[in-house]
Amino acid sequence: MTELFLIARIAGRPVAIEAAQVDSVVDLGEIVAVPRAEATVRGLAALRSRVVTVIDTCVALGLAGSAASARRAVITRVDGHHYAVLVDSLEDVAPFVRQPLSLGLALDGGWRAIARGLVERDGEPLLVIDIAGIVPQPLAA
Amino acid sequence: MDDLLQEFVAETRETLEALAGEIVAWEANPADRTRLDAIFRFVHTVKGSCGFLDLPRLARLSHAAEDALAAVRDDARRPDAALVNAVLAVVDRIGEVVEAIDGGVALDDSADDLLIAALAEDAAPATQLVLSAGPRTASRSVRLSVDLLDRMMSGMSDLVLARNELARRLRDEGADPSVEASLERLSHTLAEMRDTVTRTRMQRIESLFAALPRMVRDTATELGKQVQLDIEGADVELDREMIELMRDPLVHIVRNAIDHGLEDAATRRRAGKPEVGRLRVSARQSGNQILVEIADDGRGVDVARVAAKAVEQGLRTAAEVAAATAAERLDLVFAPGLSSRDTVTAISGRGVGMDVVRANIEQIGGRIALANRPGQGLTIVLHVPLTLSIISTIVVGVGDQRFAIPRQSIEEIVSANADGVRLDRIGDAALATVRGVRLPLVALGPLTGLGDRGPTVLAIVVTREGPYALGLDAVLDTEELVVRPAAPAVMATGLYAGQTLPDSGLPMLLLDGAGIAAAAGVRFAAATAIGQVEDAEAEAGTPALLFDDLDGQRRAIALGALDRVERIARSAVRATGGRLRLVSRDDTIALHAMTPVDDHAELTVLRLTDGDAECAYAIVEPGDIVALPPALAPATIPGIAGVVVIGGEQVEVVDVHALFADLALPPAARPLCLLHADAGGWMDNFLRPAIEASGYRCVARLAPGETAAVALAMDDAGDVPAAAGALVRLRRTPAGGGDSIYRYDRAGLVAAIEARAGGVR
Repeated sequence: MTELFLIARIAGRPVAIEAAQVDSVVDLGEIVAVPRAEATVRGLAALRSRVVTVIDTCVALGLAGSAASARRAVITRVDGHHYAVLVDSLEDVAPFVRQPLSLGLALDGGWRAIARGLVERDGEPLLVIDIAGIVPQPLAA
Repeated sequence: MDDLLQEFVAETRETLEALAGEIVAWEANPADRTRLDAIFRFVHTVKGSCGFLDLPRLARLSHAAEDALAAVRDDARRPDAALVNAVLAVVDRIGEVVEAIDGGVALDDSADDLLIAALAEDAAPATQLVLSAGPRTASRSVRLSVDLLDRMMSGMSDLVLARNELARRLRDEGADPSVEASLERLSHTLAEMRDTVTRTRMQRIESLFAALPRMVRDTATELGKQVQLDIEGADVELDREMIELMRDPLVHIVRNAIDHGLEDAATRRRAGKPEVGRLRVSARQSGNQILVEIADDGRGVDVARVAAKAVEQGLRTAAEVAAATAAERLDLVFAPGLSSRDTVTAISGRGVGMDVVRANIEQIGGRIALANRPGQGLTIVLHVPLTLSIISTIVVGVGDQRFAIPRQSIEEIVSANADGVRLDRIGDAALATVRGVRLPLVALGPLTGLGDRGPTVLAIVVTREGPYALGLDAVLDTEELVVRPAAPAVMATGLYAGQTLPDSGLPMLLLDGAGIAAAAGVRFAAATAIGQVEDAEAEAGTPALLFDDLDGQRRAIALGALDRVERIARSAVRATGGRLRLVSRDDTIALHAMTPVDDHAELTVLRLTDGDAECAYAIVEPGDIVALPPALAPATIPGIAGVVVIGGEQVEVVDVHALFADLALPPAARPLCLLHADAGGWMDNFLRPAIEASGYRCVARLAPGETAAVALAMDDAGDVPAAAGALVRLRRTPAGGGDSIYRYDRAGLVAAIEARAGGVR
């Protein structure tokens, strides 16, 4: 069965995001900082009449933060809130067949938590990620 | 038509539509508990609404159906086809009456009695009742989905942003005045429309409270109680959806408060409360929540009774209840099916109510909290999330960023350079002194990392715990803002109450005054708690009487031990029997004195008592009554319990315990010794003082009701009545046998008496 995936580049690596998770793809305007929020939260941005919470994907993955100028983002909705997940660039939208993660694939912490399989583009394996998993969740109360 | 009535009609109509499926399902399977509950809740809600809308006919129908269904819920009755039919007929009838009300047409009520009769357990299978439905009339109100309204609202915001953009461009390009006039008109229309559109979602909570005075009055009258209702914060604006969902819970809680909580005038009078019960309903915004508080000064929840009921009704086992904490037991009032009432009234007491209330509140993402003060009242707080609200704010600047603060939480704004304002650092804490009042200072710049300049403006923020000064760089504007909740990761900081998108098009965060104080480590709670502890200790601190003692020392004695202060003549005091004694009527009491009392013509004595025994303490002059501080430095001399500091002076505290410890037991408390008197009077003359000196009271004859701890008889006295097993026999000669004791063997005698009396003492 083929699914539609959005191919993006995050932290220099191409990844596949389920199209169903993506609300829209935008270039954000000015980002307003949220003091004292965890580093994953880059800030707030206005998206038309809506306020979105901007997520620094690299920080969420445990890498060095994205460039301050990063503005391209994938909008997704989690629990009624809209988030803009920063990406380096967007490459394509195409149908692929999802394959399970190969056994023995040693992903590090941040990536492993959001990895949901593999797709193959012209022989190049791409990691399928769950962008909702990048969004920081409140600690279970 | 009355707004309330219209809402009731619309709501009932809607519920009936939703219920149609449930009814069919219940008909198919009458044992289905969830369906039964749904129908039960419907008739219960109708009944509740009818009560305050004054619709006696609907009230009668719904009450009858509710009774029948309650019996089924309690397993007192099996739901058979006849009952299902009868209930359905009543539900249909409710629908028809509602339509008739809406249409303003009369509906023949002759069939109502038949319908109600058909609910009875022994009712004959009812003939199918054919009823003519009144014509359904078009209502002047429409119901819209919240989604649609949301889209309208966001469209509105987009329009405002587009207008701003257009205005900016026109300004940059220097537009012609006629274009500017058009833009002006557009702006004006937009502002009006935005207001209207906002009102489609927002409503003042007043509309929720408006029905209360009438309802409280009617309910109270019906129950023969007097209730004074106070409403506060009716101008809080809330999402219309929330208001609708809170209507039923609020009605339930208010009715419960009047019915169960508030006592009748006579009971209140007996409890020392004003005859008129008080009910306070208030709404306020706090952080990202709206709090609706319903407080009564009634009897509160009898937690033990609720727990007992829960066990009785099989909702919990006795073991579960026993293991539950107090809070968990109180929580039992929310248990489905629990009714703490023994009789069912038309007002409440059906056991629906609190569980339904909680379900409704939780459904809108809120929660419900109880503060129970047994005998004093119950406060129920509904915490409703602030999904959307218009808040009047003050926009402040810190560094390059702007924040909004709810205007409600700001008491005052002062310039940091103004006269009468000082900023200081005490240790590592910052302190602002505004006109002599010291407040903790939280500088928002350093706290948020947005700037480390000293604050130029102070906002005095009031929180529930106390006020503090919030240091800011600038106060920019006041603005009415539509606030929405922020993402969990943003709320997790605890600093913000929500987010908003003002006309500038840049998102802005709404600050939470209490959250900032907490994040900055301002500890009102702890400070208050310490204050309370001190108060409590001061209250608990033993009150004591200061006095000047004979030796010139200032001492204190526990007030609880003091019976009275007396002036006595020196002649009443004599050193007799090894100690100073004071004649008091026919008795003597021991007198303690620190120095010899010979050179005083008159004495002031403190008459002390521990409830049984009495003694006296000679002093020069009594002083003030003070509370003993808890810090007592132990003393090393007998008779003094320790030293405290009172008013900067060292004061010795008299060890009252020691004063009483060496007293003989008062006569009444001494064990009784029965003397079987001999003819010669030896016992009375010789033996009696010796035994009384050992702490016994001697009698020759028992008064009615008295029992002797021990009885004494001479060896040769012959048979004595067996008063008790504790008989000690005395013999006249040192040598002798048996269990008798030589009559001058004082030690042996006392020991024997002790041993015998031991069983009784």
